[in-house]
Amino acid sequence: MSDTIFALATAKGRAGVAVLRLSGPQAPAIAEALVGPGLPPSGRSLRLVRDREGRVLDEALVLSFEKGASFTGEAVVEFQCHGSPAVASAILRALSDDGRGRLAEPGEFTRRALENGRLDLAQVEGLADLIEAETESQRRQALRVMQGALGARVEVWRKDLIRAVALIEATIDFADEDIPTDVSPEVLDLIDRTLADLQKEIAGSFAAERIREGFEVAIVGAPNAGKSTLLNVLAGRDAAITSEIAGTTRDVIEVRMDLGGLAVTLLDTAGLRETEDTIERIGVQRALERARLADLRLFLTEDGSLSGLGLSPEPGDIVVRSKADKVDAGEDLSISAKTGQGIDNIIKNITEELMKRSAGAQNAIRERHRVAMERAVTYLIAARELVLSGPDVSELAAAELHEGIAALNSLIGRVDVEDLLDEIFASFCLGK
Amino acid sequence: MKHYDVIVIGGGHAGADAAQAAWRMGARTALVTHAFAKIGEMSCNPAIGGLGKGHLVREIDALDGVMGRVADQAGIQFRLLNRKKGPAVQGPRAQADRALYRAAMQREFTGRDGLDVIEAEVADLIMRAGCCEGVVLADGAEITSGAVVLTTGTFLRGVIHIGDQRKAGGRMGDNPSVKLAERMDTFDLPMGRLKTGTPPRLDGRTINWDILDNQPGDDDPVLFSFLSKAPVARQISCGITHTNEKTHEIIEKNLSRSAMYGGHIDGVGPRYCPSIEDKVVRFADKSSHQVFLEPEGVEDHTVYPNGISTSLPVDVQEAYVKSIAGLENVTILQPGYAIEYDYVDPRALRHTLELKDVSGLYLAGQINGTTGYEEAAAQGLVAGLNAAARVRGKRPVIFDRAEAYIGVMIDDLVTRGVSEPYRMFTSRAEYRLSLRADNADQRLTPIGLELGCVKSGRHAVFEEKMENLAQAKTLFSDLSMTPNEALKAGIKVNQDGVRRSAAEFLGFRDVDAARLAKVWPELAELDADIVRQVERDAIYAGFIERQSLDVAAMRRDEGLRIPEDLNYLGVAGLSNELQQKLTKVRPATLGQAGRIDGMTPAALALILAKIRHASAKRRA
Repeated sequence: MSDTIFALATAKGRAGVAVLRLSGPQAPAIAEALVGPGLPPSGRSLRLVRDREGRVLDEALVLSFEKGASFTGEAVVEFQCHGSPAVASAILRALSDDGRGRLAEPGEFTRRALENGRLDLAQVEGLADLIEAETESQRRQALRVMQGALGARVEVWRKDLIRAVALIEATIDFADEDIPTDVSPEVLDLIDRTLADLQKEIAGSFAAERIREGFEVAIVGAPNAGKSTLLNVLAGRDAAITSEIAGTTRDVIEVRMDLGGLAVTLLDTAGLRETEDTIERIGVQRALERARLADLRLFLTEDGSLSGLGLSPEPGDIVVRSKADKVDAGEDLSISAKTGQGIDNIIKNITEELMKRSAGAQNAIRERHRVAMERAVTYLIAARELVLSGPDVSELAAAELHEGIAALNSLIGRVDVEDLLDEIFASFCLGK
Repeated sequence: MKHYDVIVIGGGHAGADAAQAAWRMGARTALVTHAFAKIGEMSCNPAIGGLGKGHLVREIDALDGVMGRVADQAGIQFRLLNRKKGPAVQGPRAQADRALYRAAMQREFTGRDGLDVIEAEVADLIMRAGCCEGVVLADGAEITSGAVVLTTGTFLRGVIHIGDQRKAGGRMGDNPSVKLAERMDTFDLPMGRLKTGTPPRLDGRTINWDILDNQPGDDDPVLFSFLSKAPVARQISCGITHTNEKTHEIIEKNLSRSAMYGGHIDGVGPRYCPSIEDKVVRFADKSSHQVFLEPEGVEDHTVYPNGISTSLPVDVQEAYVKSIAGLENVTILQPGYAIEYDYVDPRALRHTLELKDVSGLYLAGQINGTTGYEEAAAQGLVAGLNAAARVRGKRPVIFDRAEAYIGVMIDDLVTRGVSEPYRMFTSRAEYRLSLRADNADQRLTPIGLELGCVKSGRHAVFEEKMENLAQAKTLFSDLSMTPNEALKAGIKVNQDGVRRSAAEFLGFRDVDAARLAKVWPELAELDADIVRQVERDAIYAGFIERQSLDVAAMRRDEGLRIPEDLNYLGVAGLSNELQQKLTKVRPATLGQAGRIDGMTPAALALILAKIRHASAKRRA
C-alpha cells in the first residue's frame, strides 16, 4: 500500500487523448517534479510537462484526486496528454527517471481499489469489463454486475440454502427436543428452487459470456458465392481479397465489428467444395471447423442450393441469396454486395437473431461465476439425493449443502454459523 | 508466605478441570474455593453431555481431564443421542446422580501430591507491574503464584430473581464475590450482563409417575471416558410430561409478575434454553411443551423438571406446575429462579484464555459468557494447561478449529464474543465429520502425551488401542477384490474392473464390516470395538479428504500472525465498524481476522498488506 505506481491508463496507440495515471502517497510530489509545484490537492490545472533536463514533452490537463476520494482510494494524479505514442512514452520515461514510483502491474490500480475497500470482488470484475466494453450492451451488462445484480441473486440463493441447512441442523443438534422430525419436504423445496434458478443462470451465462466476448458469425457457402465481398461490405473496408477466381479465400479471415450494439466477429471462410488443391483442402477443413463452432452461420448461395457443402443450417442460421444484381431471385433475403441491395436487411436479420440469444443473458458473466455455480449445482444434486435417503444421513446432506453454500460464497460474501443458528432459533421452540 | 505454580479460584466445573490439568502438567497447584464439599456441585440440571457437549467431554477425557470419568461414576441413565444418525453427530449424554458426581469429583482432589484445596474466600489478586502473581484471602493471608485461573461462574455481581423478589448471590445459598468484582473493575475489561434460569425443583415422591411416559436409558450404554467400561451406579428412567393450555393461560395471565417480563432483568438469556414464559410468548401457536422429569439421584427424591425454567413468583409457579399432568399434587422443594450476572467479553482473551491486558491471569467458564458444565470444564482444561505452560516456560497450548471442538469454542469466544450465553453445537464445527466423539482420543491423546498432561495409565490403554486399530486398518487395506467378485458377494459396485480394498468397500453406504466378513472370514476375528472404529473412520473418508483442502487453507491463514499491537484505527479503506471490531478482538492471525463478523475479502487484503508492511518495517 506504500509505494506509488503509474501507468498509461488508456489503450496504447494513436488517439485524441492519452491518460497517464499515478497512484500512491508520492503521486502529487512526482507529478509536481514534472509539471512544477502548486498542484491543487484536488481539481485540475493545465500544465507543461517537462523532463529532468527541462525539455517540454507536452502540454497536459492535470487532474488531482485526494486520498480517500479517488478510484484507488489513494492520492491520484492523472495527466491527460496528447494521444501520441511518442508523447506517452516520453512522459512514462520521465516518471521512471524520477525514481520515486514504479510502473504498475496489469490491474494493479483496480487491485488497490479493492484493497482499499473501494470495490468488492464482483465489482472489480464488472469494472474490468466496463473498461473493456466495446459496445453498448457490454457496457450495460458490466454496469449491472458492478451495481451488484449478481450479488443480489446470490443473496437470495444463500438465504434459501441457509434455511435448508438450518432445518437439517436443527434435527441434528436438537435431536432430543420437541421439533418436527421430518423437515425434508421444505428442505427439498428450497433445494429444488435454488437448483432451478442456478441452472437458468448458468444457461444464461453462456449468452452473457457471448455479450462480453462477442458473437462469432461465420459466412459460409460454395466457392465464389460472394462471401468475401459481403464481409468487406459489412466491415466497410477491404479486409478480404476478392476476385472472380473461385477459391481465393484460403484461411479464415476475422473482422471484429459492432452490429446493432453487439460485438460480433465476422468470419470469412474458404468456399466449401471438394478440391484436389492441398492448401485449399486445409482451408475448407478449417472453414468447416470454425463454422460449426460459430454462434451463427450465414449461408450464402447463388442458386439457393445448399447441397455439397458438408454443412447444413442449424436452427437460427440465416440463408441468403447472393449476387441479387445478377440473378433476380425475388426472395426477401437476397443481397447484392455490389449494389448494397439487401445489406440492411441482412444486418437486421443477424442482429435480431443474436439479440434473441443475448436476451437470455443473466447476471453471471464470467467463467469464474459459471464454474462456481456449476460446483454449487453438483453439491445441491448430491444433497438432494441424501435428503431423499432419509434422516440417518442428514449430517452428510448438511455437509453437501454447506459445500454448495461455500461455492456460492466464493462468488460474493461468506456464510456464518450465526446466520444458521439465527434461522434455527427463529423457527423452533427449543429448550427442554 | 505460601507459593504455588498455579492458583485456581473456584471449585465448579471449570475450576476442577483447570486445577487438574495444571497439576497433570506438573505444576504445584492450589484450588481455592469456599468449601471442599461443594466441589463438583451440579447447580443446574443433573446431566452431562449431549450434542456438541458430549463431544467436549470426550475431548476433555482424551486429554486425561476428569469430567468424563467422574460423569461415568455418577451416571444413572446413559443415552447416545442421534444413535440412528452417523457417528459424527452422535453425542453421549448421561443423567448424573448429583451426590455421586460430587463424591467422585472430590475423590479426584483427595490425596494428590502437589494438588491442594484451600477452603477460603479470595478477596483480591496480587498485582505486580501489571502481572497477576497470586491471591489475597478474606482473612488477609497472601498466596503467591506464577499464574492465576479465575473461574467464578455467575458470582460476579450475581443477582437472583424470583418474581419481583431479588437478592444478591451467585447460586442459591452462596454469596456473590463483591470484593473480587471490585478488583476486576480496576482492569477496565469490557463487560456484559447475561441471565440464565432454573426450574422449580420437585419432590419426586409427590409425582404421579404411573400416568406418565418414561424414557429409559440405552440398552447398550455408551460412556464418556475412553477408560470406562460400564456404568457403576444403578440405572433409572426419566419421566416425560407436557404443559397444556391451562398451564399457558396461568403463565400468560401472570407475565407482568415475572422478573423477566416485569422489567427487572436486563441480561440476555440463551435462545436455546428459554424460560417457560419465553416459550409461551414467542411460540404462542404451540399449545404444549415437553417437560422431562429428571431424578437428581438414586437416593435423592429431588426431581429436576427440564423445560420449565422460570422467574415467576412462587405462588404462580405452584399454580402452573400443578396444572401439568402427573404433577397435580406435587410439592415444590425449591422455587425456580433467574440469575443475572456479569461476564467478561471474551474478546479480551487470547486463545490461551489469558487476558490480553493482565499477564498471568486466565479466565475460564461462565465468566467468559458461556453456559454449561461441559463448556466450562473444557475452558478450565485449556486455562489450566496454559497457566502451567506459562509457569514452566513452555509454548502456549492452542487447539485449532480442525483439531477439536475445544478449539472451535475458544476461537468462537475470543473472535466473535457472545451475545447470549454460548453453548456448543455440532453445527458450530465446520469440520464436524472429522471432529467426532468416537475419535477424540485419536485426535487429542497424542497431543496430550506430547504436552505431558496424559498420565501413564491412559497412555498404555491408548497405545494398545492404536496398535490394534493400525493392524485392523492394514488388514482392511490389504484385502481387495474385483467388481465382479464383489457382485458375486452381493455388493453392488461399478463394473469398472478396478480392484477395491475392504477399506474402500467400507466407505459404501450399504456395506458394513459384518457384510465384508462373509467375504473375508479373517475380519470376523478382529475385536468388535476396533472394527466399529475402522467403520466409523471409513464412512467419512471421502468427505474428509475433500475437506482437507479447506483445512490446509485455514491453517495457512492461521500461520499468518498479526502483531497484537497492530493499529487498525485510521486505516484507509477499513470501515469504521471493522476498525472498531478489529481493535476489540486484536486477532492473533489472519485466519482469526477472517472469522470476525462482517469481515470482507477487501478488508482482509488490507490487513494482509498491513502485516506485510509492518514486518517489512521491522526487518528494516
